[in-house]
Amino acid sequence: MATQDQRNTGSRPQEQDEVAPDPTPAPAAGQSQDTSQTEGVDDLLDEIDGVLESNAEEFVRGFVQKGGQ
Amino acid sequence: MGTETEYGIIAPGIPDANATVLSTQVVNAYAATLREGLGNLAGTRWDYTDEAPLSDARGWQLGRAAADPSQLTDQPPVLTAEQVAMVDQGPIDSPEDTAVLMNLVLGNGARLYVDHAHPEYSSPEVTSPLDAVRWDRAGDVVVQCAMERIARTPGFSPVILYKNNTDSKSVSYGSHENYLVPRSVPFGKIAAALIPFFVTRQVICGAGRVGIGALNQSPGFQLSQRADFFENEVGLETTVRRPIINTRDEPHAVAEKYRRLHVIIGDANLSEVSNFLKLGTTSLVLALIENELAPIPEIAEPVRELQAVSHDPSLRHLVTLADGRRVTALDVQEIYLEAARSAVDLQGGGDEQTAAVLRRWESLISTLRTDPMDAAQQLDWVAKLKVLEAYRDRDSLEWKDPRLALIDLQYADLRPAKGIHYRLAARGAMERLVSEEDVLAAASNPPRDTRAYFRGRCISSFPKEVVGASWDSIIFELPSQRRLQRIQTREPLRGTAALTERLFDGSRTAEEFVSRLQGGPEPSMAP
Repeated sequence: MATQDQRNTGSRPQEQDEVAPDPTPAPAAGQSQDTSQTEGVDDLLDEIDGVLESNAEEFVRGFVQKGGQ
Repeated sequence: MGTETEYGIIAPGIPDANATVLSTQVVNAYAATLREGLGNLAGTRWDYTDEAPLSDARGWQLGRAAADPSQLTDQPPVLTAEQVAMVDQGPIDSPEDTAVLMNLVLGNGARLYVDHAHPEYSSPEVTSPLDAVRWDRAGDVVVQCAMERIARTPGFSPVILYKNNTDSKSVSYGSHENYLVPRSVPFGKIAAALIPFFVTRQVICGAGRVGIGALNQSPGFQLSQRADFFENEVGLETTVRRPIINTRDEPHAVAEKYRRLHVIIGDANLSEVSNFLKLGTTSLVLALIENELAPIPEIAEPVRELQAVSHDPSLRHLVTLADGRRVTALDVQEIYLEAARSAVDLQGGGDEQTAAVLRRWESLISTLRTDPMDAAQQLDWVAKLKVLEAYRDRDSLEWKDPRLALIDLQYADLRPAKGIHYRLAARGAMERLVSEEDVLAAASNPPRDTRAYFRGRCISSFPKEVVGASWDSIIFELPSQRRLQRIQTREPLRGTAALTERLFDGSRTAEEFVSRLQGGPEPSMAP
């Protein structure tokens, strides 16, 4: 942290922080958004169905690693 | 600071493939890609001279005979002739290209090598959490290039790489962070103040895991990939009896001035926000320790609580402190947040990244208190859990269903078309902090404000003459010199673009460069 510390010596005021937009997603409100959210989830699961390896049990069993750090 | 990632690796077409051989294929595939694209080879012998993996920060050395063989990380692995034959891949233009490489130092200042049975990318040294995210993702791009090359090389079975930390059978492999800390800060103080922080930071930087226990004994979901593999509070080991605080004292810098805090307890993050906060909040806590302002909400049984916190995605588990108080992991994080905020305010406010870390940290603690699922765009474990819960709802799946284990695994699949994290990101469901262009640039170019600049530029400017490198040295072989020239770079904040760019730009040959460096017109630069 020595490095970050040196950058912390107050070259800029705290409010200049355009690096990061507001992290909190807008909460869904109202019935219509709930419906579109459900559709979004269905659509997402369809997409993931399309990319998942076909034999889940066998594939997971085959993922064997040797130890690391 | 910097990061290290050991990638999970399989070749589905060769179920019994030797993992060291596959990992070596990855390193050599990237070397071949570099040769093809840039016309120069960054294949470099690693200079092990200053490695000391058995040196303990508490002030002693572990004997080599007493160490687990996997702790001897200062020796390169050795392949048999038969294994070498399985690794070799074109294009082969000259005899020296046929050598099998176990190690590459890259033009961006990183190291790509075979570590035990995994390919590992160690990022170049950076000075900010956003740069850490940038050069960490650059490592994913590097191994993706290698993976794609292997897939299209005739005679080779495709290899799949995963940015995760366990096979959920019994094995874990690491994703480490490194922080430069003044040697004057007593190690005991670092350990005491970091343990409660590390036990609880998984609420923000956990990558999520299906299955409970190191042997996956019971079904369920937990916050962290790594939590179940830790058995000690403080220790030297990284591969067995893993400790929350690792004491390996191998500074890779001026030992009298610095220590390198080697953090082995993090999960590998694909989420940029998780990664940004992992590096950013840990840096802030280290600054508190350096300034003797760190809170120490001492936890009665840290290892047990590490696992209990991980096993409760509702985040309501109460951690028992040494003074008898019972608080949630979020409460503990908030204690550190408040201390960090006060310290930064006292200094007149931090730079923009410090402010961003503080604001995001606070905002996520608040979101996680209200409804953890609202942090799905920011945090790996929540994003993964949200997909898992959607599958459970739709298909009425029990936690022990192999499809959920597959989703856990495939979340970390580094193939952009197959990886679930990448599919979520492509839909705009994961918040990004750095652009694709930035990440691609970071795969070839070093950071400008650390010695990684010197290392990276040496590798890309003088690929023929640089015959060895490490974190704190570059070795030149020059036609005019009978002996190898070893240039030390033991000050991590020297060797920067500001100090050496003119020297690189103004030197036409390695001879000229080294001679000017060693006493030419400019004052002494990197060393």
